[in-house]
Amino acid sequence: MRGARSRTRVPAPLLVPAALAVAFLVLPLVGLLVRAPWSSLGPALTTPGVGQALRLSLVSATLATLVSVLLGVPLAWVLARSAARGRTLLRALVTVPLVLPPVVGGVALFLVLGRQGVVGRWLFEAFDLTIPFTTTAVVIAETFVAMPFLVISVEGALRAADARFEDVAATLGADRWTTFRRVTLPLVAPGVGAGAVLCWARALGEFGATITFAGNFPGTTQTMPLAVYLALQRDPEAAIALSLVLLAVSLATLLLLRGRWLGRAAP
Amino acid sequence: MTLDASVRLRRGALDLAIDLRVAGGEVVAVLGPNGAGKSTLLRVLAGLLPPDDGRVAVGGRIWDDVTGRTHLLPHRRSVGMVFQDALLFPHLTVSDNVAFGLRTRGVPKAAARVAAAGWLARVGLAGLGDQRPAQLSGGQAQRAALARALVGDPALLLLDEPLSALDARTRLTVRAELRRHLAEFGGGTVLVTHDPVDAMALADRVVVVEQGRVVQAGTPAEVNSRPRTDYVARLAGLSLLSGTGWGRSVRLDGGGVVAVAEEAAGPVFAAVRPESVALYLSRPDGSPRNVWSARLVGATPHGATVRCELAGEVPLVADVTATAFAELGLAPGVEVWATVKASEVAVYAR
Repeated sequence: MRGARSRTRVPAPLLVPAALAVAFLVLPLVGLLVRAPWSSLGPALTTPGVGQALRLSLVSATLATLVSVLLGVPLAWVLARSAARGRTLLRALVTVPLVLPPVVGGVALFLVLGRQGVVGRWLFEAFDLTIPFTTTAVVIAETFVAMPFLVISVEGALRAADARFEDVAATLGADRWTTFRRVTLPLVAPGVGAGAVLCWARALGEFGATITFAGNFPGTTQTMPLAVYLALQRDPEAAIALSLVLLAVSLATLLLLRGRWLGRAAP
Repeated sequence: MTLDASVRLRRGALDLAIDLRVAGGEVVAVLGPNGAGKSTLLRVLAGLLPPDDGRVAVGGRIWDDVTGRTHLLPHRRSVGMVFQDALLFPHLTVSDNVAFGLRTRGVPKAAARVAAAGWLARVGLAGLGDQRPAQLSGGQAQRAALARALVGDPALLLLDEPLSALDARTRLTVRAELRRHLAEFGGGTVLVTHDPVDAMALADRVVVVEQGRVVQAGTPAEVNSRPRTDYVARLAGLSLLSGTGWGRSVRLDGGGVVAVAEEAAGPVFAAVRPESVALYLSRPDGSPRNVWSARLVGATPHGATVRCELAGEVPLVADVTATAFAELGLAPGVEVWATVKASEVAVYAR
């Protein structure tokens, strides 16, 4: 109900904590802007390492989002529509990465896909493929932590969508796959969009799983969050500059997609 | 294209056991209260819900046969279905909605569009094909939904409360149009409704379903004039009395005797129309052979008349004019005398 004028007055016991919450969320960002070395920002941002890290971050987060959409939307459909028995268990399992500390996720990925891992050893022996400490590892780590956001969002959209539209499509001669493509997917498109934005933002900020599983090699695995953390130890001003870039990218994404996707998803 | 269905299904509290036959070109209304299993029956016929037991065949082709382990998926059945709320796909234009069933069956885009335009014109929506469903009124959306269901020329048309979401005025016009389209339609039609007016206006035959069972079937006129259950009697606006025929009178199961014009014997129903009941404040003299004392327990205005519910030895419903209601000083709780001419009582075997 955007634009509704009259609202009930906020009672003081709610108003004070609410105001504190706003301050808590906004002040750090204000601090970042206040402390930003605006004069030396240009040189700090044009160092070759920054561009490299930013490009890697954007590319890997986008790839992770693509993988998440390709695999996560079908998974959400299974969770929302199929009558499979272990659905509750399945939902619990796939949402574990939401609550799991990312570092633990990184360790787990390493144990499976590392050269001594169950899958990793086979990949190495059969195809001479090594995953850890590569850009591929960055994408995998980001997908691992970010896909649940997309799955949850799309599953919610599927549950909210009227399943009778799918019945109508079936009576009009559409098999399940056609129904999914031509009816279900367009109906939940705003939910997929919102989920993809969440997923992308989560992937962009991913730190723990990435550094554990992919390491911190400039050019191949050093994404922006890793670069910020490293810079903070050597050159705080550079860290602030890099943080500003990430903040700007996040805000730009939010503003760009808000009207198009989020606005429709939550009118 | 004759529909021959025998459906058995248990689902929660619902225990459905219905046999239904619909000839090509025939419109059968399935009339019943909410929760009677009408919509579930339609879902089974459409293939959206497999029955526990039974058989569904259309034009000799078997759609469902539980013993033969046949279950044709909905998209392989030649059906058209219209739901209570039109359920037009919101992301497609009206024209693409109507063309949907042709496109899924492999009709080329251009041909499907031409056919859709033709059907939109037939249902009075010419020129609205490029609109989004959200831009249509309720009546227009339901017309488009009908066009979408009929465009593929299905063997069976299933209408699930197609008029009940419309406002009263729109319902009148859409009902009249629907009647015209159903008359032109060559396949069988099953119309599910809880509105007796829909059933009377649209159907060749009415099947009354209560609690998953067929309780009465016949032409609309038969069902209307000779109800066999209280539900149907209430829909038809009749008082239904059950008793035993004894010469020219019926001894009611609940006590009391009703004089009738014809000889009757055995278990019978006696049905009394509200407009044939007259009310008096004192016991009338003269001809009517049916005179009962009763108490007025409820009164609801019903157009120019007031429908009075009477409690007493013989429970009746009486329609009196608003003027008479006022002149007699009627009000709930008032003791009255009710009379009915013997010739006004319909008697038929139970």
